[in-house]
Amino acid sequence: MTRNNNVLIDFQPDKTDMRVHYCNALIEEAGRNDKILVIDVDTSSSMGTKPFYKEYPDRAINCGIMEAHAAGMAAGLSATGYVPYLHAFGTFASRRVYDQLFLSCAYQDLNVKIIGADAGVAATSNGGTHMPFEDMGIIRNIPGMIVFEPADAVMLPYAVRYMAETYGNFYMRYVRRKTMRIYDEKAEFSIGKANVLREGNSIAIIACGIMVYESLRAAQMLAEEGINAMVIDMHTIKPIDSQAVIDAAKCCGAIVTAENHNIVNGLGSAVSEVVCENFPIPLERVGVNDTFGEVGTQDYLMEKYGLTARDICIKAKKAIGRRRGM
Amino acid sequence: MSICEVLAVLYEGVMNVDPGNPQKEDRDWLVLSKGHCGPALYSALAYKGYFDIELLNTLNQNGTSLPSHCDRLKTPGIDLSTGSLGQGISLGIGAALGNKMKGLDNYVYIIIGDGELQEGQVWEGIQFAAHRKLDNMILIVDCNKRQLDGYTNDICSTFDLGVKFSAFGFEVQKADGKDCGDIYRALMDSKQISKSIGKPTVVLLDTQKGQGCSFAEIASFNHYMVVTEAMAEEAICEVERRLQKALEKEQTDIEKEGQGR
Ligand SMILES: Cc1ncc(C[n+]2csc(CCOP(=O)(O)OP(=O)(O)O)c2C)c(N)n1
Ligand SMILES: [Mg+2]
Repeated sequence: MTRNNNVLIDFQPDKTDMRVHYCNALIEEAGRNDKILVIDVDTSSSMGTKPFYKEYPDRAINCGIMEAHAAGMAAGLSATGYVPYLHAFGTFASRRVYDQLFLSCAYQDLNVKIIGADAGVAATSNGGTHMPFEDMGIIRNIPGMIVFEPADAVMLPYAVRYMAETYGNFYMRYVRRKTMRIYDEKAEFSIGKANVLREGNSIAIIACGIMVYESLRAAQMLAEEGINAMVIDMHTIKPIDSQAVIDAAKCCGAIVTAENHNIVNGLGSAVSEVVCENFPIPLERVGVNDTFGEVGTQDYLMEKYGLTARDICIKAKKAIGRRRGM
Repeated sequence: MSICEVLAVLYEGVMNVDPGNPQKEDRDWLVLSKGHCGPALYSALAYKGYFDIELLNTLNQNGTSLPSHCDRLKTPGIDLSTGSLGQGISLGIGAALGNKMKGLDNYVYIIIGDGELQEGQVWEGIQFAAHRKLDNMILIVDCNKRQLDGYTNDICSTFDLGVKFSAFGFEVQKADGKDCGDIYRALMDSKQISKSIGKPTVVLLDTQKGQGCSFAEIASFNHYMVVTEAMAEEAICEVERRLQKALEKEQTDIEKEGQGR
């Protein structure tokens, strides 16, 4: 676990789309590693990978609308030594290619990097068919897959390089449009190691993706009521940083998890597994309560599914109350 | 936009539906496999009387019953939910099979995109439908030559669709997707031919992406566009001019016919 990782004090929305940061990082990495390939499925305009086609036309393949084929083909390409990064909307990058990820990629220990864009409510006007609330959950069920979700763009170059240098199958879900800046440029990351963004001892808030910002806001709101919250960015949900969870449980005695995902089998489940087996304490989960997505603005959807800082505060107090009752 | 004409012909001239009773058992079904064209279908449904035309203004708004992609649980008149390309055709084939097994004498119309044909599931469905001789389904391919990222022939060619569909056991019809008369002819022929030879039929519609709106037709990227109020105004004027011309033509045709008698 990394402590106080160069977190910004004053949060501002990023001026640039996450997908632009991502593609820049990928182009830079491709300059160092000539095996990196871009695979698209007729959504390169949406995924923001078009600049890569300009830079490396021979190393970018737009298959057309055939996700299952693309995932299998990426696995085959990786068997010849290439390092394919496959991009699609999160729903299609996970559900639609599940058996290909399972058998063609993971089961035979190949080397494919899957990028699922529009995490959860970020799918906004594309609505329920395009709104992944289950992607991390189903993919974390595949042995050996590494699953993570960066909170902002600062982590992207690190993640792109880590995936290139680390043999194995990865699933990165992220928001392709602008997000809030959490980290300053000097921040450091390590896949599989959580970042403690704020120290506290009354409650630990463990979050990933856009919920990291909500958690920091919730911590500020709780502080006004004299509740001292620890905030952890658990960007990697598999393999989860068990030590960070256990330390937080011991330090605070109560935990709230926060994810832009179904609470079934997501971050909350992963943290619960560690807590229950190692240091049982009260835990509450903030996330989508086992339901489907729908169209709407991101703010509207976050209200609707209970993903706001306020929702985190309510669950935090509930968890603290349960601890007192213990 | 490339399917507005075919939707108009289907709902006004071909399909047996009852807006007052959307679930009528012996109705004809429509499955919009290219589910991202919900807005085109919603307009047809509104004009047909399934719901108030004012509702169209709520498209994609918070809490709406008209989401970007078709949802049978939200919108009256939507038979099956779609939006994940490739899945609608199997749903439609299932409905056609079910209707047939129940002994109903209705049709299932399935509208699919030309880019969507790249999904492998589509060809699983086509093979199955032909093998089962589903003569109560009509597949309509919106051949607008483009998909999300660009021209279909540049991304992954669909090759000769007529030859492909024939090889897969379908009866093939072709129509000009901008010409309502030609669409009507092709659909009525398809219904009749399907039943007489006991095969599913596909209608290959020659269309243009952004059809009926000049600035959209010629835009280099037109899968989605930001439309300003002025652009919307321009598009409406264009439609009205076309309508006016059609009405004038109809009038002179009637007059000519009268003189011929
Ligand atoms: C399984 C799946 N993959 C990707 C998408 C994203 N997507 C929506 S429309 C579209 C292009 C469709 O092209 P085409 O079928 O030719 O329809 P058109 O828009 O040209 O009418 C894509 C890739 C999707 N909806 N479903
Ligand atoms: Mg098309």
